[in-house]
Formats: sequence, C-alpha cells, structure tokens
Amino acid sequence: MNWKMSRVVRTVADVMVVPIIIFGVYLIIHGHLTPGGGFQGGAVIASSTALLIIAYGSFGKHKDSLSSLESTGLTLFILLAFLGIGYTVFYNFLASGGAVFGGSVHYGINPGRLDSGGTVPLMNIMVGLEVAAALSLILWMMAKGSDSMDVEEVKG
Amino acid sequence: MRRSVAALAFIIIFAFLILGMSQLRPFGEPENTEMDDYFLYDRDEGSQAHNQVNNVVTAILFDYRGLDTLGEATVLFSAVSGVVAVLRKVKRSQKEVHG
Repeated sequence: MNWKMSRVVRTVADVMVVPIIIFGVYLIIHGHLTPGGGFQGGAVIASSTALLIIAYGSFGKHKDSLSSLESTGLTLFILLAFLGIGYTVFYNFLASGGAVFGGSVHYGINPGRLDSGGTVPLMNIMVGLEVAAALSLILWMMAKGSDSMDVEEVKG
Repeated sequence: MRRSVAALAFIIIFAFLILGMSQLRPFGEPENTEMDDYFLYDRDEGSQAHNQVNNVVTAILFDYRGLDTLGEATVLFSAVSGVVAVLRKVKRSQKEVHG
C-alpha cells in the first residue's frame, strides 16, 4: 500500500536517518568502552526503520533480507561462543594477543582503546546485527500486516 | 467507610516503606563485596585483566554471563518468529473465512 506522509516529513526523515544509524553503529562498536552495547545500538538502528516506515509507509519487500540478516547475527554469535570451546563456551580466546581486537588495557583507570576486548566487541556487533534486524522486521511486518488488513476489508 | 479503609491501608503501607528505607545500607557499600571485587579488581580473572574490557557491565553480559545473552537473543528470535507467523499472508477461500 503506497501511503506516504507529506514532503516535509519525508525530507526530515531522509536527513535524520543517517545520524541515527551512525549513532547506533557507534553504540555497538564502542560497547566495550562506553555505556551501551549490542542491544541498545540495535534498538537505535531499528528506530531509524520506524522513522522510515512512518514517513514512507511499508514500502518494498524486505522480509527475506531482514530475516536472513537476523539469522546470520544469531548464528555468528553462537559460532563465536563455540570457537572458545577448547576452554569453555564463551571463553574470550581473542583477548590480549588475538588477531582482532587483541589490544590490552592497563589495570585501573585508563582512557580506553577501541582495539581491545577480544570477542566482546565482536559479540556486540553480532548481537547488534541481530537486534537491529529483528526489531526492524517486527515493525515492518506489523506495518505491512495492518496495511493488508485494510485492503482486504475494502475488498471484502 | 471505603475512604477510611483506603487511607488506613495507605498509611500502613507507607509506614512499611519508610521502615524499609530507614534500614537500607548506604549507596555503594554492599554487605558482601566478593563479587564486586572479583569482577572489578581481580588481577587474574577480573574484567580488565582477563577480558581486557573497560566496561565491566559489557564484560559480564558478553563473557561471564554469555549464555544468558544467548537466551535473550533466542527470546527475541522467537518473538520475531511469532510475529512473522501471525502476520504472514495466507490465501484463504471465501468459504473458509465465512464458515
């Protein structure tokens, strides 16, 4: 159903979507340094989807892509958890010496560095992917479902 | 009658709340500090020493209690599955809809 709001709302939504998504990505990838993390950043990114749905209506067909994105995030999260199975599940095998995010922090108060944390920032990214896709999919399916119900009532 | 009963209940509950509040410990001084010391200050297994993570809350969420986070993600996944299952498009004939 092609339901749109006015040009003013659509333009403001176009402008605001970019900083909202950037702020969500910032929350996700700085999850091991600042307050926030995967869940919160994913919810922020999903709010940009809500803004787009309000402005443009439930456009396009995104069910399969969002669903596969969510499944990918969850699967990579579980895979990352089981990669440390040599010690325990969810073992942080990348901390201090691994290839990715392998930096080490000083004990005590320190300014923090992005290149630290081992698997924790990677898991933040996976959970952020999953939450963003999941909440976007919920919002989009609800918008689409209510639209199709309206159409059926008109027809029936 | 109803108003007096309600006022009496309010006063009793409020008195219990005041009593409970007066017996609270000061903020930031828990009775047992073993867990705090473990996660914050332990030089072998603490958040900064073991995981190299400054944010202790994130370290607990994604490393020490990672299985709980997996459970949360699974809950979200099943919620999405439910929404998609309820709101999917089903082709029904007119006969089925009206019985």
